[in-house]
Amino acid sequence: MTIPVAPEMEIVATAQAAALGEYIGMSRDKIDEVKLALVEACINAFEHAECRDEQLHLTFRLGREPKGREWLEVEVLDRGKGFDQADVETPSLEKTFASHRKRGWGLQIIKSLMDEIDISSGDWGTRILMRKYK
Amino acid sequence: MSETCKVSSERRGDVVIIWTDGYINNQGGEEIAREAYVHLDQGARALVLNLEKTRIVNSIGISILIEVLEKVMDKKGVLAFCALTPTIDKTFRIMGLAQYAEIYPTQEDALRGVEPQSA
Repeated sequence: MTIPVAPEMEIVATAQAAALGEYIGMSRDKIDEVKLALVEACINAFEHAECRDEQLHLTFRLGREPKGREWLEVEVLDRGKGFDQADVETPSLEKTFASHRKRGWGLQIIKSLMDEIDISSGDWGTRILMRKYK
Repeated sequence: MSETCKVSSERRGDVVIIWTDGYINNQGGEEIAREAYVHLDQGARALVLNLEKTRIVNSIGISILIEVLEKVMDKKGVLAFCALTPTIDKTFRIMGLAQYAEIYPTQEDALRGVEPQSA
């Protein structure tokens, strides 16, 4: 699916993730974790990516490991300016208190809530691939 | 999940309970902050945020809650959260919020927890 870069469009995307999570019988709490990670990936792109096409391209996949573990995967692709992961500082609440800007937690939240995450970025844009096992 | 967050509050002595219903993003966070600041400026000592009807707080909403926490700490007050979903609880703990604000399973526990401790 494709969503426009616009306020609250991230919530539209979460409905799709929830439907797929429910389809494979994922628990409500795990679905909430996928939804929040997806929200964070979307708002990161909305705020920082400067998408050339003013859109986010989302792909949802379901799969199963050879031993049977099912998973839900979400790919968030933007055609923006990209970023260098080495430039992303690890946040802490102490740094947040000391700073006028209270933001910068998105990637940390995504990494903590999802089971696997892969980020690739360049001048073509950014792709965040997130997987959650049932 | 409702897209707009409804916020309501009730003052009980020097404690204020704030209830949320829906997605806490920048608008929801600002609504909570507005409600909290009115009560803090009128002398409330403790805030209890009951998030029972919220399933997602995004990082923008959390950043505003951190500002509320700072204001409470400046006033030597107390901020407590209660009735969090496991995902919100996990997120607040990842961010270290639990070091500065108490997290309780229920509103009753939170109200007991914010009572002044007798010597």
